[in-house]
Amino acid sequence: MRKTVIAALAAAAIALPGVAGAADTVKIANLIELSGNGAAIGRNWTDAVNMAVEEINAAGGILGKQIEITDYDTQSNPGTSRAQLQKALDNEPYVVLGPIFSSSTRVNMALTKRAGVPQIVGSEAASITQQGHPTIFRTSFGQAMGMPKLVKYLKEEVKAKTVALIYTNDEWGKGGRNTAKELMAKAGIEVVADVSSEVKQVDFSAEVLKVKNAKADAIFAYCLEEESARFLNELRKQGYDGPLIGETTLISQKVIDLSGANANGAKGHVGLTASAPVPALVEFGRKFKERTGRNTDHNGIKGYIAVYVVKEATERMGSFDQAKFAETLRGATITTKDEPGVLLDIRFDKTGDVDRESFLVEVVNGEQKVVSVLPALGE
Amino acid sequence: MAEALQLLISGIATGTIYALPAIGFVLLWQTTGTINFAQGEFVMLPSIIMLAFIIFGDMPLWVSFLLTLAISAMLLGSVFKVVVVQPMIRHGVLPLIIATIALSILMRETAKEFFWNEAQAFPMPVPYIVIRMGEVTVTTHHLFSFGVACALVILLQWFLSRTRTGRSMQAVAQNPDTAAILGINVQRMISLAFLINAGLVTVAAVLVTPIYLAKWDNGIAIGLTAFIAAIIGGFNQVRGAILGGVLVGVLENFSAFYISTEYRAAFPLILLIAVILFRPYGLLGRPEERTV
Amino acid sequence: MLRWIIIAVVAAILIFVPTQLKPYGIFLISNWVIFCVVAMGLNLTIGYAGQISLAQAGFMGIGAYTSAILMTRFGMDFWHTLPAAAGLSFLLGVIVGYPALRVQHHYLAFVTLGFNILVYLVFRNEDWLTGGAFGIFDIPRPSVFGYATNDPLAFYYLCLAFFVVMFSLAWWIVRSPWGRAFAALRENPIRAASLGVDIRAYTLLAFATGSTFAGLAGAFYASLLEFIDPYPFSFEYSLSFLLMVISGGSGTLVGPMIGAALVLLMPEWLRFAKDYYLMIYAVFVMVLMAFCPSGVVGIWERLTMFMRHKRMTAAAAAAEEQSK
Repeated sequence: MRKTVIAALAAAAIALPGVAGAADTVKIANLIELSGNGAAIGRNWTDAVNMAVEEINAAGGILGKQIEITDYDTQSNPGTSRAQLQKALDNEPYVVLGPIFSSSTRVNMALTKRAGVPQIVGSEAASITQQGHPTIFRTSFGQAMGMPKLVKYLKEEVKAKTVALIYTNDEWGKGGRNTAKELMAKAGIEVVADVSSEVKQVDFSAEVLKVKNAKADAIFAYCLEEESARFLNELRKQGYDGPLIGETTLISQKVIDLSGANANGAKGHVGLTASAPVPALVEFGRKFKERTGRNTDHNGIKGYIAVYVVKEATERMGSFDQAKFAETLRGATITTKDEPGVLLDIRFDKTGDVDRESFLVEVVNGEQKVVSVLPALGE
Repeated sequence: MAEALQLLISGIATGTIYALPAIGFVLLWQTTGTINFAQGEFVMLPSIIMLAFIIFGDMPLWVSFLLTLAISAMLLGSVFKVVVVQPMIRHGVLPLIIATIALSILMRETAKEFFWNEAQAFPMPVPYIVIRMGEVTVTTHHLFSFGVACALVILLQWFLSRTRTGRSMQAVAQNPDTAAILGINVQRMISLAFLINAGLVTVAAVLVTPIYLAKWDNGIAIGLTAFIAAIIGGFNQVRGAILGGVLVGVLENFSAFYISTEYRAAFPLILLIAVILFRPYGLLGRPEERTV
Repeated sequence: MLRWIIIAVVAAILIFVPTQLKPYGIFLISNWVIFCVVAMGLNLTIGYAGQISLAQAGFMGIGAYTSAILMTRFGMDFWHTLPAAAGLSFLLGVIVGYPALRVQHHYLAFVTLGFNILVYLVFRNEDWLTGGAFGIFDIPRPSVFGYATNDPLAFYYLCLAFFVVMFSLAWWIVRSPWGRAFAALRENPIRAASLGVDIRAYTLLAFATGSTFAGLAGAFYASLLEFIDPYPFSFEYSLSFLLMVISGGSGTLVGPMIGAALVLLMPEWLRFAKDYYLMIYAVFVMVLMAFCPSGVVGIWERLTMFMRHKRMTAAAAAAEEQSK
């Protein structure tokens, strides 16, 4: 099945480095979760990145140079990611893409800072752009950008005065919960329950009970996908049908596949989705599916956009200047007219964070439906 | 009050699921001295194989279950015994433990590389209906799992104490040399223990996986709770495993709700350590004796 | 004689090869050297005192977090944190070991397993102390007599020096009357008891020494990564350390180093098999356990015995020929 294709590609990939360092190529390192917990999302990112690289190379590359991309597996482990980044940096890449896991990024970003190499990550933890790293960027919302929109939606549309929170107790989940709590406090929303859950947790009856008992106006769920599925199953089993809102991980295709009808009615704030009423995104979703046989998730879109951002930034500079890269991008806007590959108009702020319109999605009959479009914060 | 009841019921349901792999674990340890660190993977692999039959072979669950049962009996029963345990048992317990740890790695990687990397949904063995009794909900799956687990334990208990073969197995557990002298075919009893374990883990797979979802790294959590349940419940009583499992499930739920969800995993562990230190033969076990 | 040549060669490799490596390679070898110390500690516990500990990663974490917290929170100097790291690991080793040693081997494994998981939970949940799941950042590198070790090579030599010190310590322990008491214990506990060896005190000491090795190594590990989070100290890593010790050859001084190399360095060299490396490694360990449970060192010993045997039989045959 697919394994043979991947094996063939892998064999080709192993053979290719023999041609390393040719003068008419530009080296990009793809530091990503290819095994471990993050393997699925890392794979989506990588497939999309490869798709973008192929498209760009077929059209002549960046400023005439072909992109040579090398994968480095972080194994979804921060320590390993740091080691692999070191390995990648030893090879002197122009830009580093990834990783996605915030825990890994926070560890290894010090290395790219020291080396002055631009890094475009798929991580969402707010702190990543708050460390003063001069060359780090995202192509998706950090928690600091996404959460305000979500909280705003909770306050203004759902009109929730009290919220019950449940999150996965790992670096990502706790980070999101911390940011959410802070923002809700500022918005005058009272957090009446604050429930942690474990990665790979199976029995959510205690957590659901706690959340239900709080009798909040809405439940805000920030769990990983498998856990979200189990949480939804238990939540519906215990008969809850009030407002339920989360982020991508609550209403992703994977969660819908795993929890079936129990996902219906859940709402989520999504930065990037192939189901948005945006032709470029839909087209991307189609191309991805054709290439890999799978539906993309937001991580695929993040990776794809990242490559095109590199292309556009380099073209604006007219050279492969690592030092000027950040300067060129920070505060810049890239519209789809400048570069259709970015799929949505994107604006970078001074810290490398992204501001862009995003979507409020509801699961209706087992499918994601965009309920409203939330404008960029800067508008 | 209703909450406590709900926690209790859910805990018992989850607990019986924890208990099934524990039963096989105890059986193997007592009869053959094998501490199978791959027991969790022994539950994971049949679930992956069953799912493969269902998805790629387009078969109904019960057919794929029977096929997988046969495969388990062969792989996890006979092959495991002959290829892994037998060559090593003469070297002592530690090499065998290491070998089963390595085996668990092998099984995980095989499932990951050759089957699926991501979690997959697994069908329910019985139609899923939520039954509401006032403030408390229970599902048909809970009831079914509980029923099957109890039935298995009763069956196994009856087999071990009322049939000749079963008592021969107990004799082997107590003292293999004496058993041999008494004319019991020790090797056959040992093989039987492995086969029974293979059957138990396959049944466990059908019951556990709809909730756990089929994923290659399930075995770690399943195995860990199996060990805890087995030791807490009592190492020389098969029914101890059920008690152990239920205790773990209920304790986790209650501590998550009333004390701290962050430390929900800690309380069964504390109980484990307490049991090992003060009552190493487990809550239902009997001291000194080695029986099943 | 052969032994000294080998030692010299190995020492030369360890000192000179890293100068030719890129930072990633130096990092890998520093990591290996630190893991060797952890494995050596576990080896003392298992190989010499015959006690199965599944908490080695947890103890490593205790040392790592102690050092990291003292350095980042209280501004302490790395060298001053070492006694604290060692002390705490030793103390906890004694506390965990004391009741646990009343029970049989297999049960000890589960008690230590439980302890490791509990310790991990504390690391992960207590944000105010350990940074929780976020971990602790910007852990400084120590300076040695005024020289900073921020350079990867410099820090590597520091780790190497640490390793040599711990190795010598382990060597001394094994050769000392203490160590011989351990060996007696392992071979035959009942006889050891009858000879007046206080089993409990010795096994407790072995256990706590093993945990201290891990704790100290943990402090170096924190500085190597310049960051720690709870995950490297979970019980799965304890299983990994166990595998290292046994596959390398427990009860030998060199075994743990080989075992650590198998787990850490081999995957790099077998890059072509990257995805399948773990499977190959698992099969290798299983085959090893079936045919040579004394590990890789055991294979080496068998080989040398075999060679010696061949030489002897050849010499005997030659002598016979001559006398005819």
